[in-house]
Amino acid sequence: MIRLHNLTKQYGDFTAVDHIDLEVPKGELFGFLGPNGAGKTTTLRMIAGILRPTAGTVTIGSHDIHREPLVAKAMLGFIPDRPFVYDKLTGGEFLRFVAALYGQDGDAVERRIDELLDLFELAPWKDELTESYSHGMRQKLIISSALVHRPQVIVVDEPMVGLDPRSARLLKDLFRQYVDGGGTILVSTHTLEVAEAMCDRIAIIQHGHIIASGTLDELRRQTAEDQLSLEELFLRLTGGATVRELHQILGD
Amino acid sequence: MGVIIAASQVPPRQPSLTTILTPKWRSMLSRIRRRDSGTSTRLLLLTLVGLGFWSAIFGIAFRVLRYFRGVADIGNLVAAKLLGIILLAFLAILLLSNLITALSTFFLAKDLDLMVGAPVDWLRLYLAKLGETIVHSSWMVILVAIPIFTAYGIVFEGGLFFPFVAMAAVVPFLVVPAVLGSALTLLLVNVFPARRTRDLLSLIAIGAAGGVVLLLRLIRPEQIARPEGFRNLLDFITLLRAPTNPFFPSEWASEMVMNWLLRVADPLPILLLWTTAGAFVVFGAIMHREYYLPGFSKAQEGADRFVRGKAWQGLADRLLGALPASKREFVLKDLRLFFRDTTQWSQLILLAVLLVVYLFNIQALQLFSGEQVPFFLVTLVVFLNQGLAGFVLAAIAARFIFPSISLEGRQMWLLRSSPLDLRALMWSKYWIGTIPLLVLALILTVTTNALLQASSFMMLLSIATITLFTLAVSAMALGFGALYPQFETENAAQIPTSFGGLVFMMTTISLLGLVIVVEAIPVTGYLRARQFGMTEGITPELVLAMGVVVLVCALATVIPLRVGLKRMGAMEF
Repeated sequence: MIRLHNLTKQYGDFTAVDHIDLEVPKGELFGFLGPNGAGKTTTLRMIAGILRPTAGTVTIGSHDIHREPLVAKAMLGFIPDRPFVYDKLTGGEFLRFVAALYGQDGDAVERRIDELLDLFELAPWKDELTESYSHGMRQKLIISSALVHRPQVIVVDEPMVGLDPRSARLLKDLFRQYVDGGGTILVSTHTLEVAEAMCDRIAIIQHGHIIASGTLDELRRQTAEDQLSLEELFLRLTGGATVRELHQILGD
Repeated sequence: MGVIIAASQVPPRQPSLTTILTPKWRSMLSRIRRRDSGTSTRLLLLTLVGLGFWSAIFGIAFRVLRYFRGVADIGNLVAAKLLGIILLAFLAILLLSNLITALSTFFLAKDLDLMVGAPVDWLRLYLAKLGETIVHSSWMVILVAIPIFTAYGIVFEGGLFFPFVAMAAVVPFLVVPAVLGSALTLLLVNVFPARRTRDLLSLIAIGAAGGVVLLLRLIRPEQIARPEGFRNLLDFITLLRAPTNPFFPSEWASEMVMNWLLRVADPLPILLLWTTAGAFVVFGAIMHREYYLPGFSKAQEGADRFVRGKAWQGLADRLLGALPASKREFVLKDLRLFFRDTTQWSQLILLAVLLVVYLFNIQALQLFSGEQVPFFLVTLVVFLNQGLAGFVLAAIAARFIFPSISLEGRQMWLLRSSPLDLRALMWSKYWIGTIPLLVLALILTVTTNALLQASSFMMLLSIATITLFTLAVSAMALGFGALYPQFETENAAQIPTSFGGLVFMMTTISLLGLVIVVEAIPVTGYLRARQFGMTEGITPELVLAMGVVVLVCALATVIPLRVGLKRMGAMEF
């Protein structure tokens, strides 16, 4: 459902994403992990059609996102890591606007908006300007906006940031239900327990390269360690640099 | 491990003011040093425009002052009076500017959480933020003041030390309104929530600015220049000698400068200026100590929650009902954002005032009072009025249409990840800007031409020209807005003053100039025909000139929209 071929992104001399190949089939919840600055967000933004790749292709379904952007994007719901919304629109108006961007309006959209706002417990704030929303409420509104047009693929960058435990749990259940219903999700996260509990397969990216990919068991086999948790696997695969740096800083 | 993370037992040393302001000046330096494509061109263009602006102000001030100096008895008095009036105008501008700036620097700035949370004492915080307020609110006044003071220094032979005297007068002159503005903002924030205060201040500032412009124009200052306005010279000299505002720092700064230039030994203005500035800082600091923290705490609350003005929304929904969902909601979204943001819609007040002043000026032209003014002159004024109206429309487009792409800023992720065709986005933004601008252009042209009693030929020519020009100017504003976006700026009012805004205005004025020059040919022919008593008709000259105007305006409409669209497609976020 999502296919990345030879995907590369350069900013001047710096290569943020370096010839990535990846395939996420329909009905899979795929985790995209990596240390800070590894190239996760850049990859996700290229998949969403916000950034143009320096080389390579992104295909959603059978449509290249840069050659057939309108068809490919119509299948996609994108949830960015930072919840920037229009401050002077109400929650309801924002969702109506997003639905219209996908060519949808009318009573069906109004019902869908009410359902989503109810689901994320935002219904009492439907007619209030989003500038009065908390960070978590904005995050929930953006998640609702990615679902309002019933996409076939969801690309999510750090979904749990700012969510309370109840909402985080709701989101996990929702994602699982969505995938079980035939949807496809590519999720980037630093919360390794979430990835371990939710994802069918995982890819680990470092310095713009995918250094490991597969199910948790396959990753364990790659490191020849049967009992390692995802956190330990992650640290081992990424060289444990973060932990070593932390120890150095703390003077251990 | 324990050594580095262990809690410090040493009481913190207070940071210097420079340290507190480090993020500000470092950011400013890095912005100046930043090298990207076109930096040298921008620098060159800005330098040229800056020098042109300075030369123009200096040239006017120099000529006026040299003329005054040559007038026996009253010349020096008039020069002093003029400086007092200029500084009084500066004082009013500074006070309004400080009121608004202080709200951002003291209560809404992003670094305040860090500053207020850090163990920085209240006095240092106050002085650092006051300094920041002064810089932000006063730089433009200083830029305008430099060529004026230079002209005074040269005409009155102020000598090598004059710049220091001018600086000694200007520094306390800037401090007083900054302290006053900050203190008033402090009181307002303690009464209203900060975001409400921002709305309130925007309205007050724009209303006051508009009021001042309107008042100044309606009292017809040009009448003062008429000799019959004064009964005798003595009255005039008495008026000049009397201080305009003896309790205002503008008067003291003006006296201080003129005393130096006219070699008068009087320490009183210096004392008054500096002691008042000092006392104001102390007074401001005491108020800050007492009221800042409660005000700051209150400033963290109070975002707008509920929506106003639902009544018109039903009407807009009905009017736009025929459009496809994406275009309709896009137009509605832009209208909602504009009318719900006080800093945006309040600019319409200023616009209305400027239009009233414009129409008043046309009406005040003495073309039809007393003796008969030749038909040639009336036609010339009508023709040149097209240029003036065009310039006004370009300025309005720069303020309202040019920023529209930049204002999408942080929400661009949504537009780019959705299947919204960028052409639909450009279409919506183009017509949202063009329709009101065109209505305004037609009202302006028809009303001024009616006031000037223009002939039907000139009326038709003006209407056709202004329509074509408006269509082009909107497209150029949008195109240049996409070419030079300011996604980081949250304040829409700052976007037109950016480099891109400058390039837009220069290009628009060039287009206007070209249109006027091309149309001058048939207008000359028309005047010649009238002079010889012939009836004007459709001449080959007219057809050719209008053809060129249509072609130029069509190109100026299509090319910027295409370039802007291409640029939008290539943008990365």
